[in-house]
Amino acid sequence: MRLLTLILLLFSANFVAESAAPCGNYIGDDLDHIGTCDDAKVDPTDIASLQRGAQIYMNYCLGCHSLKYARYKRVAEDLEIPLELFKENLIFGDQKLGDLITIGMEPKEAKAWYGNTPPDLTLEAGLRGPDWIYTYLKSFYIDESRPLGVNNMVYENVGMPNVLFNMQGEQRRVCKEVPAKASNGGLKQDPLTGKVLSVEKCGFLELAEGTGEVTKEQFDSNMRDLTNFMAYMTDPAKVERETVGFYVIFYLIIFTVLAYLLYREFKKDLH
Amino acid sequence: MVTKIMSWFDERLPITATIERHLTKYPAPINMNIWYLAGFLLIVVLVIQLISGIWLLMSYEPTAEGAFASIQYIMRDVEYGWMIRYMHTTGASAFFALIYLHMFRGMMYGSYQKPRELLWVIGWFTYLLLCMLGFTGYVLPWGQMSFWAAQVIMSLFGSIPFFGEELLTWIRGDYLISGITLNRLFALHVVLLPLALIVVIFVHILALHEVGSNNPDGVDVKKFKDEDGVPLDTKPFFPYDIVHDLYAVGVFLIFFCFIMFFYPDGGGYVIEYVNYEAADNLKTPEHIVPSWYYTPYYAMLRAITFPLFGLSAKFLGFVVMAAGIAIFVALPWLDRSPVKSIRYKGVYSKFFLTLFVISFFVLGYLGSVASTPIRTILAQFFTCTYFAYFLLMPIYSKYEKCNPVPDRVTLS
Repeated sequence: MRLLTLILLLFSANFVAESAAPCGNYIGDDLDHIGTCDDAKVDPTDIASLQRGAQIYMNYCLGCHSLKYARYKRVAEDLEIPLELFKENLIFGDQKLGDLITIGMEPKEAKAWYGNTPPDLTLEAGLRGPDWIYTYLKSFYIDESRPLGVNNMVYENVGMPNVLFNMQGEQRRVCKEVPAKASNGGLKQDPLTGKVLSVEKCGFLELAEGTGEVTKEQFDSNMRDLTNFMAYMTDPAKVERETVGFYVIFYLIIFTVLAYLLYREFKKDLH
Repeated sequence: MVTKIMSWFDERLPITATIERHLTKYPAPINMNIWYLAGFLLIVVLVIQLISGIWLLMSYEPTAEGAFASIQYIMRDVEYGWMIRYMHTTGASAFFALIYLHMFRGMMYGSYQKPRELLWVIGWFTYLLLCMLGFTGYVLPWGQMSFWAAQVIMSLFGSIPFFGEELLTWIRGDYLISGITLNRLFALHVVLLPLALIVVIFVHILALHEVGSNNPDGVDVKKFKDEDGVPLDTKPFFPYDIVHDLYAVGVFLIFFCFIMFFYPDGGGYVIEYVNYEAADNLKTPEHIVPSWYYTPYYAMLRAITFPLFGLSAKFLGFVVMAAGIAIFVALPWLDRSPVKSIRYKGVYSKFFLTLFVISFFVLGYLGSVASTPIRTILAQFFTCTYFAYFLLMPIYSKYEKCNPVPDRVTLS
C-alpha cells in the first residue's frame, strides 16, 4: 500500500512537470503561469475570418513561407472567394489557380540571409498548435541586441524579422509592479496597514499606442484571423469531415439499434 | 434448382461442408462474454486496413523525395483521401487495442492451455507480424517521427555484438536511414507482411475450429453432448454469434468513426504532432517516442541503463524488449495450473495477473514520456514485475489452492 502511494505520488509529480510552458517566456493574463499560450479561438466555419487571414498571409507571409502542399484553387473555393477575384488580388506573379502555393525564394539564399530557411507553413498549425502561432505572432518586441532588432517572447532569439511591425507598432519588454502573492495563495498584505503589497515582475509586453497602423485590439483580431487561416491550412477538410462524420455516426446508431433488435430476437431461441 | 446447383458444386468443392464446419455447425459455448468479441472485431479491422491500404497505395509515392508530399496530396487533392488515410491510421491503433484485449482474454481464461497451445502460438505470430506492420507502416509518411523512430529502432540491430554494425547496414541498405530504407520497408509493409498476416490469421482460425473455443469458465464443453453429438452448452456460431457480433460491430464502429471523423490525431496518440514536419536527418526531435502501442516495450528498452558481462546497455535493453514480446509464446508451458480460467485459479494467479496489467500500463505511460532518473527506476521495477508474472508462474500456478471447477458452464 505504501509503495502504491509512493508510486502515485511520483506520478502526480511527473504529470505536473509534464505540462511545461509551451509558449516560452510569454506572460499572458494569467500571471502565475508563464509560457501559457493565449487561446486563438480558431473556428473553421468563420469564413470571413479565414478570408481576412488569407489576405494577410498572402501579403505578409508568402514572400518567405510557402504553402507548398496546398493549391490556390482549393483555398479560393473553400474560402468562398470568387476565382477571378482571388486570381487578381491574391496570386502574385504568374502562377495559375491550379498551382501549388510555392515561392520563388531559393532555400540556400534564404539560409544565408536569415540563418535558417523559413519553413513551409502548410502544416505548422498541426505541428505547433494554433494557440502557439497566435501567441507567437503577437509576441515580437524591440531588442536592439539582436541582428534584426527584434526578439520574441515565445520563441527566443528567433531568426524571423517582425514583418508585422508596421501593422502592430512598437512593442517593448517592460517590468511592472504586480500585487504580491502570499504563501496561502491570496494577496500579500502589509501586516500593519493592511495594504496589498506589490513586487516588480519583468517580461511583460507593452505596445506604444498609436505607433502601429491599427489598434491593439484590431491587431489581435488580425492575428486571430491569420491563425485561423493557418489552422484551416493544416486541416482543410475539417468542416467537411465533421459533417460527414455526423451522418456516418447517425447511420451507425440506427444500424446498431437494428442489429441489437435482431440479436435480441435470436437470443430468445437460446432459452 | 438451387439444391441441384449446390450439389454440383459440392461434388467438386466442399462448399456446404465448409460452411457447416465453420459457421452453421461450429459449436460456440453459450457463456462467451464481451471479451470474446475482440477476435471478430480484429477481422473487421483487418478488412478495414486492407481496403484503406489498397486505396492509399493508389496515390502514395514511396520515395524519400515524394513520400511526405504524397501524403499531403492524399489529404488534400484526392477525393475523400483524408477519409481513407484516417481510416488507416485509426485502424492501426484499433488493431493494437483489440489484439491486446484479445491476448488478455486468453491470459485471463487460460485459453492457451492444452489443447490450445498451438492456437496461442499462431496467435502470437499474428501479434508479431502486426508489430512489424505497425513499424514499417509508421515510417512510410516520412515525417520527422517516422524517420527518427526508424533510426532508433533500426539502430538496435547495430548493438548486437560482433556483427551488429554490418547487420545494421545490411538491413538499412545504406549507411544511414535513407530512401533505400524507405523503399524496402514499403515493400515489406504492402506485400510480404500483409500476405503473411492473412495466411497466419487463416491458420489461426483453422486451428481454433479444430480445438474449439474456450469459454470464461475454462470447462470442456465437449464433455456433455446431446443425442446428435452436439455439445450441450453450445450454440451454432451462425446465426447466433454472428448476430451478436454484428451488434458489437455497430458499437465498435461508432467509437471508431468518432475518433476517425472528430479526433483523427487522437490527441497526438493516433498521429503524432511531430510527424507534421517532413523528415530531416539533420534535426533530431526533442523527444523520440514510438506509437502508444509499443510504449511498454520502449520503456523496457530504456530501463536497462547499465552494461553487463561486457555487453552494452543498449544491447541488453534490446534483448529485454524482445524477451518482453517473445515470452508470451512460453505461456502454455509456464502455466502448471490444473484449472484454466482465472475464475477458479488461486489468489496468487489473480495477484500476478493484476500486477502484469498494472506493469503493462505503467510501462506504457513511462515509454511515452521523456525519461528522468525516477522514471527509469520505476521502469526497471515494473519491467521486473512484468516478467515476474511469466517467470514465477510455474511456481505459483502449481502450488496455489484453486477453487473447484464446475462440470458445465455457468451463466450469470
